[in-house]
Amino acid sequence: MYEFEFEKPSTVAEAVAALADEDAQALGGGQTLIPTLKQRLAMPSKLVSLTAIPQLKELSDNGGMLTIGGAVTHAEVAEAAAASYPALADLAGHIGDPAVRNRGTIGGSLANNDPAACYPAAALGSGATIVTNTREIPSDEYFQGLFDTALNEGEIITAVRFPVPEKANYQKFLQPASRFALVGVFVAKYAAGVRVAVTGASEEGVFRWREAEAALDASFAPDALDGLSVDAGGMIGDLHGSKEYRAHLVGVMAKRAVAAAG
Amino acid sequence: MAKVSMTVNGKAASGDVEGRTLLSSFLRDSLGLTGTHVGCDTSQCGACVVHVDGKAVKACTMLALEAEGAEVATIEGQANADGSLNNIQQAFQDHHGLQCGFCTPGMVMSAAALLKDNPKPTEAEIRDYLEGNLCRCTGYHNIVKAIMAASGQDVSSIAAE
Repeated sequence: MYEFEFEKPSTVAEAVAALADEDAQALGGGQTLIPTLKQRLAMPSKLVSLTAIPQLKELSDNGGMLTIGGAVTHAEVAEAAAASYPALADLAGHIGDPAVRNRGTIGGSLANNDPAACYPAAALGSGATIVTNTREIPSDEYFQGLFDTALNEGEIITAVRFPVPEKANYQKFLQPASRFALVGVFVAKYAAGVRVAVTGASEEGVFRWREAEAALDASFAPDALDGLSVDAGGMIGDLHGSKEYRAHLVGVMAKRAVAAAG
Repeated sequence: MAKVSMTVNGKAASGDVEGRTLLSSFLRDSLGLTGTHVGCDTSQCGACVVHVDGKAVKACTMLALEAEGAEVATIEGQANADGSLNNIQQAFQDHHGLQCGFCTPGMVMSAAALLKDNPKPTEAEIRDYLEGNLCRCTGYHNIVKAIMAASGQDVSSIAAE
């Protein structure tokens, strides 16, 4: 790692002030950022830890709306959301491994927007709202491509608000070496309609499969997706799976998610 | 350099570290606690698992300064007060849960974290929990068996030594 300063503020205002320095970078649980720094792929002048800010550790369930602070860990979500939003809890409880889940945070995952991460699928599939220190961003506007989001420099995710669906499920096909999602599909059924979000597959990062949403609006059953497929053209193709293979898996995992959601 | 203070295996520990000093480096290089192994240094292998405030974490993927004020437990603090192996360590010996031993500190620390939350895990739960701990010698079988035995469960039905 290159050298950097380290700060651990206790309020959002202090963190925002610390991040105003040139080349300062926010640090969540560090489960992606620290390995990135070790490879010298980033050279921040200063890391500003967000894990000691009480406001970012809050978690509340308010009549069908689950609000999760930006620095809440995957393990904490897996436990706290088990009753209120089991599909989200299940997703959080299968990110990485137990030690990673004890450090990694929801805000860190969403700010990084890895194209194979699980949380972007949950946020987009739930129509969640990304709350920052300055504004509220609908998930449909938040994800803007590989590792790219609507966040501005120095903007901090303070919380994520998830409307709780009638039913939902997430199915992940593991990349056998990294254990990230080779393809992951999050399906959620709301009174206003079904949402289907796909991670791991596309060269543009997480996306909504709107054709599947329309079919599931008409009939929420696996066979409603018969004959539907995503275009292999925009899929990731690498040694772990071709574009066509990933496109096929999107359909398979979506059906499994619908079946599991009931 | 900045000063960092924490409690390690029940004793106060402090030292001067850089912002980029990893918890694993602080434990090994500053405190001389080399039982915490660094296998991959890429957060894959789990040989460096320690407990921070009771939670299993990878010490190679946490900065020392992030552990300011924390209660840290390492493999060096796992033995019983009289120096004898604790029940997890003894079970690893009894059931041949290690060969080269490099992954063992992380395996024991992960096992301890699992059994604290889930005192009687199933074989499947143990295998699931060890997803982030790699062993290149044993094929995991005897590690799983040792953890089941350490939890007081009958392991006679688990096949092949």
